[in-house]
Amino acid sequence: MTSQRIGVSTVRLVVNDEPHELEVDNRMSLLDLLRERLGATGTKKGCDHGQCGACTVLLGGRRVNSCLILAVAASGASVTTIEGVGDGTELHPLQRAFLEHDGYQCGYCTPGQICSAIAMIEEAAAGWPSAVSADVGAAKVSLDGEEIRERMSGNLCRCGAYVNIVAAIADVAGGRA
Amino acid sequence: MREFEYVRAGAVAEAVRLVAADRDARFLGGGTNLVDLMRLGVERPGLLVDVSGLPLDQVTETPDGGVYIGAMVRNSDVAAHPLIRERYPALAQAILDGASGQLRNMATTGGNLLQRTRCVYFTDPTKPCNKRQPGSGCSAIEGDHRNLAILGASPHCVATHPSDMAVALAALDARVDVTEPRGGMRTIPLGDLYRPLGDRPDQELTVPEGTLVTGVALPPSPLAARSRYRKVRERASYAFAIGSVAAALDTADGTVRDVRIALGAVASRPWRAHTAERILIGGPATEAAYRSAIDAELAHAQPLRDNAYKVPLVRTIVVRMLEELAG
Ligand SMILES: Cc1cc2nc3c(=O)[nH]c(=O)nc-3n(C[C@H](O)[C@H](O)[C@H](O)COP(=O)(O)OP(=O)(O)OC[C@H]3O[C@@H](n4cnc5c(N)ncnc54)[C@H](O)[C@@H]3O)c2cc1C
Ligand code: SF4
Ligand code: FES
Ligand code: FES
Repeated sequence: MTSQRIGVSTVRLVVNDEPHELEVDNRMSLLDLLRERLGATGTKKGCDHGQCGACTVLLGGRRVNSCLILAVAASGASVTTIEGVGDGTELHPLQRAFLEHDGYQCGYCTPGQICSAIAMIEEAAAGWPSAVSADVGAAKVSLDGEEIRERMSGNLCRCGAYVNIVAAIADVAGGRA
Repeated sequence: MREFEYVRAGAVAEAVRLVAADRDARFLGGGTNLVDLMRLGVERPGLLVDVSGLPLDQVTETPDGGVYIGAMVRNSDVAAHPLIRERYPALAQAILDGASGQLRNMATTGGNLLQRTRCVYFTDPTKPCNKRQPGSGCSAIEGDHRNLAILGASPHCVATHPSDMAVALAALDARVDVTEPRGGMRTIPLGDLYRPLGDRPDQELTVPEGTLVTGVALPPSPLAARSRYRKVRERASYAFAIGSVAAALDTADGTVRDVRIALGAVASRPWRAHTAERILIGGPATEAAYRSAIDAELAHAQPLRDNAYKVPLVRTIVVRMLEELAG
Protein backbone atom coordinates (compact mmCIF):
# COMPACT_ATOMS: atom_id res chain seq x y z
CA MET A 1 0.00 0.00 0.00
CA THR A 2 1.65 3.22 -1.16
CA SER A 3 0.29 6.53 -2.37
CA GLN A 4 1.37 7.71 -5.84
CA ARG A 5 -1.12 10.47 -6.50
CA ILE A 6 -3.43 12.20 -4.10
CA GLY A 7 -6.35 9.93 -3.45
CA VAL A 8 -4.96 6.82 -5.18
CA SER A 9 -3.07 3.87 -3.69
CA THR A 10 -1.66 0.53 -4.74
CA VAL A 11 -3.56 -2.18 -2.92
CA ARG A 12 -2.33 -5.75 -2.51
CA LEU A 13 -4.89 -8.36 -1.55
CA VAL A 14 -5.13 -12.11 -1.61
CA VAL A 15 -8.70 -12.95 -2.59
CA ASN A 16 -9.76 -16.60 -2.44
CA ASP A 17 -6.10 -17.64 -2.46
CA GLU A 18 -5.27 -15.54 -5.51
CA PRO A 19 -2.94 -12.53 -5.13
CA HIS A 20 -3.95 -9.19 -6.69
CA GLU A 21 -2.24 -5.84 -6.99
CA LEU A 22 -4.20 -2.87 -8.23
CA GLU A 23 -4.42 0.92 -8.21
CA VAL A 24 -7.42 1.97 -6.22
CA ASP A 25 -9.17 5.24 -5.43
CA ASN A 26 -8.86 5.64 -1.66
CA ARG A 27 -12.62 6.17 -1.45
CA MET A 28 -13.37 2.68 -2.76
CA SER A 29 -14.78 0.16 -0.28
CA LEU A 30 -13.54 -3.41 -0.14
CA LEU A 31 -17.03 -4.40 -1.31
CA ASP A 32 -16.84 -2.25 -4.45
CA LEU A 33 -13.32 -3.47 -5.17
CA LEU A 34 -14.46 -7.10 -5.03
CA ARG A 35 -17.51 -6.54 -7.19
CA GLU A 36 -16.37 -3.87 -9.64
CA ARG A 37 -12.64 -4.43 -10.00
CA LEU A 38 -12.36 -8.19 -9.47
CA GLY A 39 -15.76 -9.21 -10.81
CA ALA A 40 -16.47 -11.22 -7.67
CA THR A 41 -20.15 -10.32 -7.60
CA GLY A 42 -21.20 -13.06 -5.19
CA THR A 43 -20.77 -10.58 -2.34
CA LYS A 44 -23.85 -8.32 -2.29
CA LYS A 45 -24.53 -4.69 -1.49
CA GLY A 46 -27.69 -4.18 0.54
CA CYS A 47 -27.43 -0.98 2.54
CA ASP A 48 -23.80 0.20 2.21
CA HIS A 49 -24.04 1.34 5.88
CA GLY A 50 -23.17 -1.71 7.97
CA GLN A 51 -26.82 -2.42 8.70
CA CYS A 52 -27.72 -5.56 6.72
CA GLY A 53 -24.79 -7.99 6.49
CA ALA A 54 -25.26 -8.76 2.76
CA CYS A 55 -21.64 -7.70 2.17
CA THR A 56 -20.14 -10.05 4.79
CA VAL A 57 -16.77 -11.56 3.83
CA LEU A 58 -13.96 -13.16 5.80
CA LEU A 59 -10.98 -10.85 6.31
CA GLY A 60 -8.05 -12.78 7.75
CA GLY A 61 -10.62 -15.44 8.64
CA ARG A 62 -12.91 -13.08 10.58
CA ARG A 63 -16.34 -11.97 9.41
CA VAL A 64 -16.61 -8.27 8.58
CA ASN A 65 -18.89 -5.91 6.63
CA SER A 66 -16.93 -5.18 3.45
CA CYS A 67 -19.03 -2.04 2.76
CA LEU A 68 -17.50 -0.17 5.73
CA ILE A 69 -13.90 -1.21 5.06
CA LEU A 70 -11.86 0.96 2.73
CA ALA A 71 -10.04 -1.22 0.21
CA VAL A 72 -6.84 0.69 0.92
CA ALA A 73 -7.16 -0.08 4.64
CA ALA A 74 -7.47 -3.81 3.86
CA SER A 75 -4.28 -3.86 1.79
CA GLY A 76 -2.02 -6.73 2.77
CA ALA A 77 -4.86 -8.91 4.04
CA SER A 78 -6.41 -12.07 2.70
CA VAL A 79 -10.10 -12.16 1.90
CA THR A 80 -12.46 -15.08 1.44
CA THR A 81 -15.74 -14.45 -0.35
CA ILE A 82 -18.63 -16.80 -1.12
CA GLU A 83 -16.80 -17.77 -4.36
CA GLY A 84 -13.95 -19.14 -2.21
CA VAL A 85 -15.67 -21.00 0.62
CA GLY A 86 -15.95 -24.32 -1.22
CA ASP A 87 -12.86 -26.29 -2.17
CA GLY A 88 -13.32 -25.89 -5.93
CA THR A 89 -15.24 -29.08 -6.56
CA GLU A 90 -17.28 -29.63 -3.40
CA LEU A 91 -19.66 -27.09 -1.88
CA HIS A 92 -18.96 -25.93 1.66
CA PRO A 93 -21.11 -27.88 4.16
CA LEU A 94 -23.04 -24.68 4.93
CA GLN A 95 -23.80 -24.15 1.23
CA ARG A 96 -25.14 -27.69 1.08
CA ALA A 97 -27.17 -27.19 4.26
CA PHE A 98 -28.75 -24.00 2.87
CA LEU A 99 -29.79 -26.01 -0.22
CA GLU A 100 -31.15 -28.90 1.81
CA HIS A 101 -33.08 -26.71 4.24
CA ASP A 102 -34.30 -24.15 1.68
CA GLY A 103 -32.44 -21.43 3.60
CA TYR A 104 -33.33 -18.66 1.14
CA GLN A 105 -35.99 -17.29 -1.15
CA CYS A 106 -34.53 -14.61 -3.44
CA GLY A 107 -31.00 -15.53 -2.36
CA TYR A 108 -29.71 -11.96 -2.09
CA CYS A 109 -28.69 -12.24 1.56
CA THR A 110 -27.39 -15.82 1.21
CA PRO A 111 -23.69 -15.21 0.43
CA GLY A 112 -23.47 -12.92 3.45
CA GLN A 113 -25.41 -15.37 5.62
CA ILE A 114 -23.09 -18.23 4.69
CA CYS A 115 -19.83 -16.29 5.15
CA SER A 116 -21.13 -14.98 8.46
CA ALA A 117 -22.20 -18.44 9.64
CA ILE A 118 -18.83 -19.98 8.77
CA ALA A 119 -17.03 -17.50 11.04
CA MET A 120 -19.77 -17.57 13.67
CA ILE A 121 -19.34 -21.33 14.13
CA GLU A 122 -15.58 -20.79 14.57
CA GLU A 123 -16.20 -18.03 17.15
CA ALA A 124 -18.45 -20.33 19.16
CA ALA A 125 -15.90 -23.15 18.93
CA ALA A 126 -13.31 -20.76 20.37
CA GLY A 127 -15.65 -20.17 23.33
CA TRP A 128 -16.72 -16.62 22.50
CA PRO A 129 -19.83 -15.74 24.52
CA SER A 130 -22.83 -13.87 23.07
CA ALA A 131 -25.45 -11.47 24.41
CA VAL A 132 -27.78 -14.39 25.18
CA SER A 133 -25.19 -16.60 26.90
CA ALA A 134 -26.40 -17.10 30.50
CA ASP A 135 -22.84 -16.83 31.82
CA VAL A 136 -20.28 -14.78 29.87
CA GLY A 137 -17.56 -16.61 31.79
CA ALA A 138 -18.59 -20.12 30.64
CA ALA A 139 -15.83 -21.91 28.72
CA LYS A 140 -18.15 -23.81 26.37
CA VAL A 141 -20.87 -22.57 24.04
CA SER A 142 -23.66 -24.74 22.75
CA LEU A 143 -25.19 -23.32 19.58
CA ASP A 144 -28.90 -23.73 20.21
CA GLY A 145 -31.52 -21.81 18.21
CA GLU A 146 -31.43 -18.80 20.50
CA GLU A 147 -27.64 -18.53 20.30
CA ILE A 148 -27.67 -18.89 16.52
CA ARG A 149 -30.33 -16.19 16.11
CA GLU A 150 -28.44 -13.74 18.33
CA ARG A 151 -25.05 -14.41 16.75
CA MET A 152 -26.51 -14.07 13.25
CA SER A 153 -28.45 -10.88 14.00
CA GLY A 154 -26.07 -8.86 11.83
CA ASN A 155 -27.47 -10.62 8.75
CA LEU A 156 -30.92 -9.47 7.72
CA CYS A 157 -33.12 -11.39 5.28
CA ARG A 158 -35.85 -9.27 3.79
CA CYS A 159 -37.59 -12.42 2.47
CA GLY A 160 -37.84 -13.61 6.05
CA ALA A 161 -36.28 -17.03 5.43
CA TYR A 162 -34.96 -16.98 8.99
CA VAL A 163 -36.53 -20.22 10.17
CA ASN A 164 -34.79 -22.27 7.50
CA ILE A 165 -31.56 -20.28 7.77
CA VAL A 166 -31.36 -21.15 11.47
CA ALA A 167 -32.15 -24.81 10.69
CA ALA A 168 -29.40 -24.96 8.07
CA ILE A 169 -26.83 -23.46 10.42
CA ALA A 170 -27.93 -25.64 13.34
CA ASP A 171 -27.46 -28.70 11.14
CA VAL A 172 -23.80 -27.84 10.44
CA ALA A 173 -23.07 -26.43 13.91
CA GLY A 174 -24.59 -29.53 15.55
CA GLY A 175 -22.35 -31.75 13.44
CA ARG A 176 -19.33 -30.00 14.87
CA ALA A 177 -20.29 -29.73 18.52
CA MET B 1 -17.23 11.65 -1.01
CA ARG B 2 -14.31 14.08 -1.04
CA GLU B 3 -10.95 12.71 -2.23
CA PHE B 4 -8.51 12.04 0.57
CA GLU B 5 -5.02 10.79 1.25
CA TYR B 6 -4.44 7.67 3.30
CA VAL B 7 -1.48 6.96 5.56
CA ARG B 8 -0.88 3.98 7.80
CA ALA B 9 0.75 5.17 11.02
CA GLY B 10 3.61 3.06 12.37
CA ALA B 11 3.89 4.72 15.77
CA VAL B 12 1.81 6.83 18.14
CA ALA B 13 4.08 9.88 17.78
CA GLU B 14 3.84 9.73 13.99
CA ALA B 15 0.04 9.39 14.04
CA VAL B 16 -0.38 12.35 16.37
CA ARG B 17 2.08 14.49 14.42
CA LEU B 18 0.33 13.82 11.09
CA VAL B 19 -3.11 14.70 12.43
CA ALA B 20 -1.83 17.77 14.30
CA ALA B 21 -0.28 19.12 11.10
CA ASP B 22 -3.52 19.01 9.07
CA ARG B 23 -6.86 20.46 10.17
CA ASP B 24 -8.64 18.15 7.74
CA ALA B 25 -7.04 14.96 9.03
CA ARG B 26 -8.83 12.25 11.03
CA PHE B 27 -7.72 9.10 12.80
CA LEU B 28 -9.16 5.93 11.25
CA GLY B 29 -9.84 3.00 13.59
CA GLY B 30 -12.12 0.23 12.38
CA GLY B 31 -13.92 2.79 10.24
CA THR B 32 -17.40 1.50 11.11
CA ASN B 33 -18.52 4.98 12.13
CA LEU B 34 -16.13 7.28 10.25
CA VAL B 35 -16.46 5.63 6.81
CA ASP B 36 -20.24 5.69 7.21
CA LEU B 37 -20.20 9.41 8.11
CA MET B 38 -17.93 10.13 5.13
CA ARG B 39 -20.34 8.35 2.82
CA LEU B 40 -23.18 10.45 4.27
CA GLY B 41 -21.20 13.66 3.71
CA VAL B 42 -21.09 14.46 7.44
CA GLU B 43 -17.30 14.01 7.64
CA ARG B 44 -15.14 15.32 4.77
CA PRO B 45 -11.53 14.59 5.76
CA GLY B 46 -8.63 15.32 3.41
CA LEU B 47 -6.35 12.83 5.13
CA LEU B 48 -7.01 9.58 6.97
CA VAL B 49 -4.33 8.43 9.38
CA ASP B 50 -5.00 4.73 9.93
CA VAL B 51 -4.16 3.91 13.54
CA SER B 52 -5.74 0.46 13.63
CA GLY B 53 -2.37 -1.25 13.06
CA LEU B 54 -0.56 0.51 15.92
CA PRO B 55 0.90 -1.96 18.42
CA LEU B 56 -1.76 -1.09 21.03
CA ASP B 57 -3.65 -4.30 20.40
CA GLN B 58 -3.32 -6.29 23.62
CA VAL B 59 -5.41 -6.93 26.73
CA THR B 60 -2.98 -7.34 29.64
CA GLU B 61 -3.05 -7.76 33.38
CA THR B 62 -1.57 -4.79 35.27
CA PRO B 63 0.73 -5.18 38.31
CA ASP B 64 -2.03 -3.85 40.63
CA GLY B 65 -4.37 -6.64 39.54
CA GLY B 66 -6.33 -4.51 37.09
CA VAL B 67 -6.55 -4.92 33.32
CA TYR B 68 -5.28 -2.71 30.50
CA ILE B 69 -6.96 -2.62 27.08
CA GLY B 70 -4.98 -1.17 24.16
CA ALA B 71 -6.97 1.32 22.10
CA MET B 72 -6.74 -0.81 18.95
CA VAL B 73 -8.08 -4.02 20.48
CA ARG B 74 -11.20 -4.95 18.52
CA ASN B 75 -14.47 -4.97 20.45
CA SER B 76 -14.98 -8.72 19.92
CA ASP B 77 -11.53 -9.50 21.31
CA VAL B 78 -12.22 -7.47 24.45
CA ALA B 79 -15.55 -9.25 25.01
CA ALA B 80 -14.00 -12.70 24.45
CA HIS B 81 -10.96 -12.13 26.66
CA PRO B 82 -10.90 -14.39 29.75
CA LEU B 83 -9.69 -11.57 32.05
CA ILE B 84 -12.59 -9.34 31.00
CA ARG B 85 -15.21 -12.10 31.23
CA GLU B 86 -13.98 -13.13 34.67
CA ARG B 87 -13.26 -9.76 36.30
CA TYR B 88 -15.46 -7.26 34.44
CA PRO B 89 -18.46 -9.21 33.10
CA ALA B 90 -20.53 -5.99 32.64
CA LEU B 91 -17.99 -4.87 30.05
CA ALA B 92 -18.16 -8.14 28.10
CA GLN B 93 -21.97 -8.03 28.21
CA ALA B 94 -22.16 -4.38 27.13
CA ILE B 95 -19.96 -5.00 24.10
CA LEU B 96 -21.86 -8.17 23.14
CA ASP B 97 -25.13 -6.22 23.41
CA GLY B 98 -23.90 -3.73 20.80
CA ALA B 99 -23.87 -3.79 16.99
CA SER B 100 -23.28 -7.20 15.30
CA GLY B 101 -20.62 -9.90 15.23
CA GLN B 102 -19.20 -8.43 12.02
CA LEU B 103 -19.07 -4.85 13.35
CA ARG B 104 -17.55 -5.90 16.67
CA ASN B 105 -14.76 -7.65 14.75
CA MET B 106 -13.90 -4.33 13.10
CA ALA B 107 -14.61 -1.72 15.81
CA THR B 108 -11.69 -0.64 17.99
CA THR B 109 -11.78 0.32 21.66
CA GLY B 110 -10.70 3.90 20.90
CA GLY B 111 -13.14 4.31 18.01
CA ASN B 112 -16.01 2.97 20.09
CA LEU B 113 -15.40 5.60 22.78
CA LEU B 114 -15.22 8.39 20.20
CA GLN B 115 -18.11 7.29 17.96
CA ARG B 116 -20.57 10.07 17.17
CA THR B 117 -24.22 10.46 18.10
CA ARG B 118 -26.90 8.66 16.06
CA CYS B 119 -29.20 11.71 16.15
CA VAL B 120 -30.90 11.57 12.71
CA TYR B 121 -30.27 15.27 12.04
CA PHE B 122 -26.57 14.99 12.79
CA THR B 123 -26.29 12.33 10.07
CA ASP B 124 -28.32 14.35 7.52
CA PRO B 125 -26.28 17.27 6.11
CA THR B 126 -29.44 18.91 4.71
CA LYS B 127 -30.81 19.59 8.21
CA PRO B 128 -29.82 22.23 10.79
CA CYS B 129 -27.67 20.72 13.56
CA ASN B 130 -25.50 22.62 16.03
CA LYS B 131 -23.22 19.65 16.50
CA ARG B 132 -22.48 19.27 12.80
CA GLN B 133 -22.68 22.96 11.93
CA PRO B 134 -22.29 25.27 14.93
CA GLY B 135 -24.95 27.97 15.10
CA SER B 136 -27.33 26.36 12.58
CA GLY B 137 -29.85 25.33 15.24
CA CYS B 138 -31.04 22.04 16.69
CA SER B 139 -33.67 20.20 14.63
CA ALA B 140 -34.23 17.56 17.28
CA ILE B 141 -35.69 19.71 20.07
CA GLU B 142 -38.92 20.20 18.08
CA GLY B 143 -38.40 17.18 15.81
CA ASP B 144 -37.55 13.49 16.28
CA HIS B 145 -36.02 13.20 19.73
CA ARG B 146 -37.58 9.95 20.91
CA ASN B 147 -34.17 8.46 21.60
CA LEU B 148 -32.35 11.60 22.73
CA ALA B 149 -31.24 12.93 26.09
CA ILE B 150 -33.24 13.38 29.29
CA LEU B 151 -30.25 14.29 31.47
CA GLY B 152 -27.62 17.00 31.02
CA ALA B 153 -29.06 18.31 27.74
CA SER B 154 -28.77 21.96 26.73
CA PRO B 155 -30.99 24.30 24.68
CA HIS B 156 -28.41 23.84 21.90
CA CYS B 157 -28.26 20.04 21.65
CA VAL B 158 -30.03 17.03 23.15
CA ALA B 159 -27.93 14.27 21.59
CA THR B 160 -27.08 10.99 23.30
CA HIS B 161 -23.83 9.05 23.17
CA PRO B 162 -24.60 5.72 21.50
CA SER B 163 -21.91 3.45 22.97
CA ASP B 164 -22.83 0.50 25.18
CA MET B 165 -19.19 -0.25 26.00
CA ALA B 166 -18.61 3.24 27.42
CA VAL B 167 -21.48 2.80 29.90
CA ALA B 168 -19.87 -0.29 31.40
CA LEU B 169 -16.47 1.42 31.45
CA ALA B 170 -17.98 4.40 33.31
CA ALA B 171 -19.43 2.12 35.99
CA LEU B 172 -16.10 0.26 36.30
CA ASP B 173 -14.09 3.47 37.01
CA ALA B 174 -12.07 3.14 33.80
CA ARG B 175 -9.34 5.64 33.01
CA VAL B 176 -8.40 6.60 29.47
CA ASP B 177 -4.83 7.15 28.29
CA VAL B 178 -4.40 9.79 25.61
CA THR B 179 -1.56 11.40 23.67
CA GLU B 180 -2.27 15.05 22.88
CA PRO B 181 -1.35 16.83 19.62
CA ARG B 182 1.83 18.29 21.13
CA GLY B 183 2.85 14.82 22.31
CA GLY B 184 1.86 15.14 25.98
CA MET B 185 0.47 12.00 27.61
CA ARG B 186 -2.39 12.11 30.11
CA THR B 187 -4.66 9.74 31.96
CA ILE B 188 -8.26 10.90 32.39
CA PRO B 189 -11.16 9.28 34.23
CA LEU B 190 -13.56 8.17 31.48
CA GLY B 191 -16.32 10.38 32.87
CA ASP B 192 -14.12 13.46 32.37
CA LEU B 193 -13.33 12.70 28.72
CA TYR B 194 -16.70 13.96 27.47
CA ARG B 195 -17.52 17.67 27.73
CA PRO B 196 -20.96 18.46 29.16
CA LEU B 197 -23.40 19.70 26.48
CA GLY B 198 -23.15 23.49 26.62
CA ASP B 199 -23.46 26.06 23.88
CA ARG B 200 -20.85 24.35 21.66
CA PRO B 201 -22.10 20.79 21.15
CA ASP B 202 -19.60 20.37 18.30
CA GLN B 203 -16.85 20.37 20.92
CA GLU B 204 -17.44 16.94 22.39
CA LEU B 205 -14.27 16.20 24.33
CA THR B 206 -12.27 17.85 27.08
CA VAL B 207 -9.01 17.00 25.29
CA PRO B 208 -7.80 19.08 22.31
CA GLU B 209 -8.76 18.12 18.75
CA GLY B 210 -6.28 15.61 17.33
CA THR B 211 -5.79 13.78 20.62
CA LEU B 212 -5.22 10.04 20.20
CA VAL B 213 -6.74 7.56 22.63
CA THR B 214 -4.06 4.95 23.32
CA GLY B 215 -5.65 2.69 25.93
CA VAL B 216 -8.12 2.10 28.72
CA ALA B 217 -7.15 1.04 32.25
CA LEU B 218 -9.55 -0.86 34.50
CA PRO B 219 -8.65 -0.70 38.19
CA PRO B 220 -8.83 -3.86 40.30
CA SER B 221 -12.22 -4.08 42.01
CA PRO B 222 -13.82 -6.84 44.03
CA LEU B 223 -17.22 -5.40 43.07
CA ALA B 224 -16.57 -5.62 39.36
CA ALA B 225 -16.51 -9.41 39.19
CA ARG B 226 -20.26 -9.36 39.85
CA SER B 227 -21.07 -6.39 37.63
CA ARG B 228 -23.81 -6.59 35.00
CA TYR B 229 -25.15 -4.73 31.98
CA ARG B 230 -28.76 -4.52 30.91
CA LYS B 231 -29.87 -2.91 27.67
CA VAL B 232 -33.36 -2.13 26.40
CA ARG B 233 -33.94 -1.66 22.67
CA GLU B 234 -36.78 -1.62 20.20
CA ARG B 235 -35.94 -5.04 18.77
CA ALA B 236 -34.25 -8.04 20.38
CA SER B 237 -30.81 -7.57 18.81
CA TYR B 238 -28.68 -5.36 16.54
CA ALA B 239 -30.14 -2.01 17.61
CA PHE B 240 -28.97 0.91 19.68
CA ALA B 241 -30.15 1.23 23.28
CA ILE B 242 -33.17 3.30 24.27
CA GLY B 243 -32.01 2.90 27.85
CA SER B 244 -29.32 0.86 29.59
CA VAL B 245 -27.61 0.36 32.93
CA ALA B 246 -24.27 -1.02 34.08
CA ALA B 247 -24.05 -1.71 37.79
CA ALA B 248 -22.17 -3.47 40.57
CA LEU B 249 -23.29 -3.89 44.17
CA ASP B 250 -21.82 -5.13 47.43
CA THR B 251 -24.16 -5.73 50.35
CA ALA B 252 -23.63 -7.14 53.87
CA ASP B 253 -26.27 -7.75 56.57
CA GLY B 254 -28.93 -5.98 54.55
CA THR B 255 -26.81 -2.84 54.08
CA VAL B 256 -25.28 -1.45 50.90
CA ARG B 257 -21.51 -1.39 51.38
CA ASP B 258 -20.61 -0.16 47.90
CA VAL B 259 -22.33 0.42 44.60
CA ARG B 260 -21.64 1.60 41.03
CA ILE B 261 -24.34 2.67 38.59
CA ALA B 262 -23.96 4.11 35.09
CA LEU B 263 -26.80 4.84 32.67
CA GLY B 264 -26.76 4.72 28.86
CA ALA B 265 -28.86 6.38 26.12
CA VAL B 266 -29.94 9.17 28.47
CA ALA B 267 -27.21 11.82 27.99
CA SER B 268 -24.44 13.01 25.70
CA ARG B 269 -22.03 10.82 27.66
CA PRO B 270 -22.29 7.68 29.77
CA TRP B 271 -24.11 8.96 32.87
CA ARG B 272 -22.56 7.88 36.15
CA ALA B 273 -25.36 8.02 38.75
CA HIS B 274 -23.30 9.66 41.52
CA THR B 275 -26.36 11.03 43.34
CA ALA B 276 -28.00 7.61 43.57
CA GLU B 277 -24.72 5.97 44.61
CA ARG B 278 -24.17 8.47 47.46
CA ILE B 279 -27.70 7.93 48.78
CA LEU B 280 -27.39 4.13 48.64
CA ILE B 281 -24.02 3.63 50.32
CA GLY B 282 -24.48 2.79 54.00
CA GLY B 283 -28.27 2.55 53.64
CA PRO B 284 -30.59 -0.44 53.50
CA ALA B 285 -30.39 -2.86 50.57
CA THR B 286 -34.11 -2.81 49.85
CA GLU B 287 -36.25 -2.22 46.80
CA ALA B 288 -37.68 0.94 48.39
CA ALA B 289 -34.18 2.33 48.92
CA TYR B 290 -33.14 1.52 45.34
CA ARG B 291 -36.27 3.24 44.09
CA SER B 292 -35.81 6.44 46.04
CA ALA B 293 -32.10 6.61 45.14
CA ILE B 294 -32.75 6.38 41.40
CA ASP B 295 -35.68 8.79 41.76
CA ALA B 296 -33.28 11.32 43.28
CA GLU B 297 -30.93 10.81 40.33
CA LEU B 298 -33.77 11.29 37.85
CA ALA B 299 -35.25 14.29 39.69
CA HIS B 300 -33.18 16.50 37.40
CA ALA B 301 -34.37 14.79 34.24
CA GLN B 302 -35.79 17.19 31.65
CA PRO B 303 -37.61 15.01 29.18
CA LEU B 304 -38.77 16.44 25.86
CA ARG B 305 -42.20 15.97 24.22
CA ASP B 306 -41.52 12.39 23.05
CA ASN B 307 -38.89 10.88 25.32
CA ALA B 308 -40.47 11.02 28.79
CA TYR B 309 -40.85 7.22 28.59
CA LYS B 310 -37.13 6.98 29.41
CA VAL B 311 -37.69 8.13 33.00
CA PRO B 312 -39.78 5.13 34.14
CA LEU B 313 -37.77 2.84 31.82
CA VAL B 314 -34.49 3.75 33.52
CA ARG B 315 -36.06 3.61 36.98
CA THR B 316 -37.36 0.10 36.32
CA ILE B 317 -34.15 -1.36 34.91
CA VAL B 318 -32.02 0.13 37.69
CA VAL B 319 -34.25 -1.16 40.50
CA ARG B 320 -34.48 -4.63 38.92
CA MET B 321 -30.75 -4.76 38.32
CA LEU B 322 -29.92 -3.84 41.94
CA GLU B 323 -32.40 -6.43 43.22
CA GLU B 324 -30.78 -9.08 41.02
CA LEU B 325 -27.29 -8.11 42.13
CA ALA B 326 -28.31 -8.22 45.80
CA GLY B 327 -30.17 -11.52 45.42
C1 LIG C 1 -25.35 -0.77 11.98
C2 LIG C 1 -24.60 -0.38 13.22
C3 LIG C 1 -25.09 -0.73 14.47
C4 LIG C 1 -24.39 -0.38 15.62
N1 LIG C 1 -24.92 -0.71 16.83
C5 LIG C 1 -24.26 -0.35 17.97
C6 LIG C 1 -24.78 -0.64 19.26
O1 LIG C 1 -25.85 -1.24 19.40
N2 LIG C 1 -24.07 -0.26 20.35
C7 LIG C 1 -22.88 0.41 20.23
O2 LIG C 1 -22.28 0.72 21.26
N3 LIG C 1 -22.37 0.71 19.04
C8 LIG C 1 -23.03 0.35 17.91
N4 LIG C 1 -22.51 0.68 16.69
C9 LIG C 1 -21.36 1.59 16.63
C10 LIG C 1 -20.04 0.90 16.66
O3 LIG C 1 -19.84 0.34 17.94
C11 LIG C 1 -19.00 1.98 16.38
O4 LIG C 1 -19.17 2.38 15.03
C12 LIG C 1 -17.60 1.50 16.60
O5 LIG C 1 -17.41 1.12 17.94
C13 LIG C 1 -16.59 2.58 16.23
O6 LIG C 1 -15.27 2.04 16.30
P1 LIG C 1 -14.29 2.14 15.05
O7 LIG C 1 -12.97 1.64 15.47
O8 LIG C 1 -14.90 1.51 13.85
O9 LIG C 1 -14.26 3.72 14.88
P2 LIG C 1 -13.97 4.63 13.60
O10 LIG C 1 -15.17 4.66 12.73
O11 LIG C 1 -12.68 4.26 12.98
O12 LIG C 1 -13.79 6.04 14.32
C14 LIG C 1 -14.85 6.69 15.05
C15 LIG C 1 -14.35 8.09 15.46
O13 LIG C 1 -13.31 7.99 16.42
C16 LIG C 1 -12.10 8.55 15.94
N5 LIG C 1 -11.05 7.64 16.40
C17 LIG C 1 -10.92 6.32 16.09
N6 LIG C 1 -9.92 5.77 16.81
C18 LIG C 1 -9.42 6.75 17.60
C19 LIG C 1 -8.39 6.81 18.58
N7 LIG C 1 -7.67 5.73 18.92
N8 LIG C 1 -8.14 7.99 19.19
C20 LIG C 1 -8.85 9.10 18.86
N9 LIG C 1 -9.84 9.10 17.94
C21 LIG C 1 -10.13 7.95 17.34
C22 LIG C 1 -12.26 8.67 14.45
O14 LIG C 1 -11.52 9.76 13.93
C23 LIG C 1 -13.76 8.89 14.32
O15 LIG C 1 -14.08 10.23 14.53
C24 LIG C 1 -23.17 0.31 15.52
C25 LIG C 1 -22.66 0.65 14.27
C26 LIG C 1 -23.35 0.31 13.12
C27 LIG C 1 -22.77 0.68 11.78
S1 SF4 D 1 -29.64 17.05 19.19
FE1 SF4 D 1 -27.54 17.72 18.79
S2 SF4 D 1 -26.92 16.34 17.15
FE2 SF4 D 1 -29.18 16.30 17.14
S3 SF4 D 1 -29.88 17.98 15.79
FE3 SF4 D 1 -29.73 18.85 17.83
S4 SF4 D 1 -27.66 19.74 17.80
FE4 SF4 D 1 -27.68 18.23 16.17
S1 FES E 1 -24.10 -3.69 2.45
FE1 FES E 1 -22.69 -3.87 4.07
S2 FES E 1 -23.93 -4.20 5.78
FE2 FES E 1 -25.41 -3.76 4.21
S1 FES F 1 -33.47 -14.82 0.78
FE1 FES F 1 -34.18 -12.89 0.03
S2 FES F 1 -33.17 -11.54 1.38
FE2 FES F 1 -32.79 -13.42 2.32
